Amino acid sequence: MLEIITFSTLNGVLYGMLLFMMASGLTLIFSMMGVLNFAHASFYMIGAYFGFEISRRIGFWPGFVVAPLLVGGVGALIERFGLRRVHGYGHVAELLFTFGLAFVIEELVNMFWGRLPVDYRVPPSLDFVAFKLFDTTYPAYRMFMLATAVAMFVFLILILKRTRVGLIIQAALTHPNMVAMLGHDVPTVFMLVFGVGAALAGLAGVIAGPALVTQPSMAGLLGPILFVVIVVGGLGSLTGAFLASLLIGLVQTFAVAINGSLFDLIGPTATTIFGELGSVTVAQIAPILPYLLLVVVLIVRPTGLFGNRET
Amino acid sequence: MGALLEVSGLNAYYGKSHILQGVDFQVEQGEIVSLLGRNGVGRSTTIKAIMGDVPPQGSIRFKGREIAGMKPHQIARLGLGYVPENRDIFPSLTVRQNLLLGQKSARQTGRWAMSDMFAVFPRLEERADTPAGVLSGGEQQMLTMCRTLMGDPDLVMIDEPTEGLAPMMVELVAKLLGEIAERGISILLVEQKLTIALKISRRLYVMGHGHIVFEGTPAEFVADERVRQEWLEV
Ligand SMILES: Nc1ncnc2c1ncn2[C@@H]1O[C@H](COP(=O)(O)OP(=O)(O)OP(=O)(O)O)[C@@H](O)[C@H]1O
Ligand SMILES: [Mg+2]
Repeated sequence: MLEIITFSTLNGVLYGMLLFMMASGLTLIFSMMGVLNFAHASFYMIGAYFGFEISRRIGFWPGFVVAPLLVGGVGALIERFGLRRVHGYGHVAELLFTFGLAFVIEELVNMFWGRLPVDYRVPPSLDFVAFKLFDTTYPAYRMFMLATAVAMFVFLILILKRTRVGLIIQAALTHPNMVAMLGHDVPTVFMLVFGVGAALAGLAGVIAGPALVTQPSMAGLLGPILFVVIVVGGLGSLTGAFLASLLIGLVQTFAVAINGSLFDLIGPTATTIFGELGSVTVAQIAPILPYLLLVVVLIVRPTGLFGNRET
Repeated sequence: MGALLEVSGLNAYYGKSHILQGVDFQVEQGEIVSLLGRNGVGRSTTIKAIMGDVPPQGSIRFKGREIAGMKPHQIARLGLGYVPENRDIFPSLTVRQNLLLGQKSARQTGRWAMSDMFAVFPRLEERADTPAGVLSGGEQQMLTMCRTLMGDPDLVMIDEPTEGLAPMMVELVAKLLGEIAERGISILLVEQKLTIALKISRRLYVMGHGHIVFEGTPAEFVADERVRQEWLEV
């Protein structure tokens, strides 16, 4: 039991931190520009593919550094030459643009790397056991992922809270026009935030790729969860996105680990009260738990946990 | 060399509604000019169009340069300051951070330092490290004005600074307006309270039906009963 709790907590926090690496950019971008970027998870995917491509040519570490930068560059260019032009035509046009972009990116990935998963592996330097608790081992690579995610988190907070650009970003979250009229180059700040948001998602892809599966459907699988995270946390709230990421990370990991059902808990009465539902295991419903959470939060608090605007 | 700010044939729209239909006026160096008119006549829109917040059509020249079509931050960087009527402070940031954001860069030095702001309005210093969102309406108004001054503008456009303020606060605002003028900074003031506008302005403009319907000194304005009846009183 103790080992299940320890490992599920570690994995849940890890999954949550990865979610946050993506959700933070998504929620910042939404709050500033009013754009819900459907292509955000695609940056995660191309991060993984760029990481794979670089790692098989020159090695994992160059990929770890270069791939996120490349993805960030792609993101900044998309903002500068795509979104900014579409912006004049309103939010619907922007939504359609990012929606289309997600499909284009997925098809491009299909074209270059095929539909099957690619062989993106954990680098040998990190391919060992970090520690062993009872009979279960924990891979070092996962500790590395966790450390990277935490480092990025600290980096993000420092930028936002300790620098002048961070101050401008915070103000532009709610009053972009006023910030511009004080003489700050808000369009460039938007491009920067979009680029950094894309780079963070890309970095998440680079480190998650070897641990999970690098395949063209990875963006599509992750996208909906990201939206759940930022809506549950409250659109535009970083604190909210952080807590919602951890919450969903932990809930999903624990749900998979706890392989019990109502039947196991209260015996045969479960079947009489709940019918077939009584014997459904928690692990079986794990995939829908985030959406269940979403519905509950929207009913109880339509603005999300930390949001102050209607979703 | 022409006026500091020269607006001619300014038009602006919100969607299909044609709000400004050829507005013409000037502000000279060091001058305080008021823009009067009934509610909803387009005074705020005029200022927003000059700042580039509402797309302008026509000519807007500032320091001899055509600024119509430039981006808001570029216009601000030329030395145009704007104090909005809705007191757009940044509520989650502290008073000090709000003031810092008034500066256009970290190392900017100009006619105003934070200590000047605190001297005119000690309350801001007392509350320097509280979130601006918890300040009273009057304190927020002072903060908005001080924030814009931190950017060292040569012309400030101030939209209804005394609206909804207690008499004591109104006096403070008037005092700050005096300080601004003393330093040779031009002011374009949109003000509902005629007493203040008449006292401090060198010239007045009255807007009606999307353009300027009167231009003159406070004395000429007071003498012109008809203008007040037709374009100001409700
Ligand atoms: N964002 C907007 N969208 C559509 N119409 C607007 C918008 N802002 C203002 N208007 C309309 O434009 C007209 C001019 O507004 P403006 O704010 O310039 O008036 P004003 O002279 O400043 O008066 P007041 O500040 O007392 O409302 C008004 O009729 C107003 O209803
Ligand atoms: Mg107004």
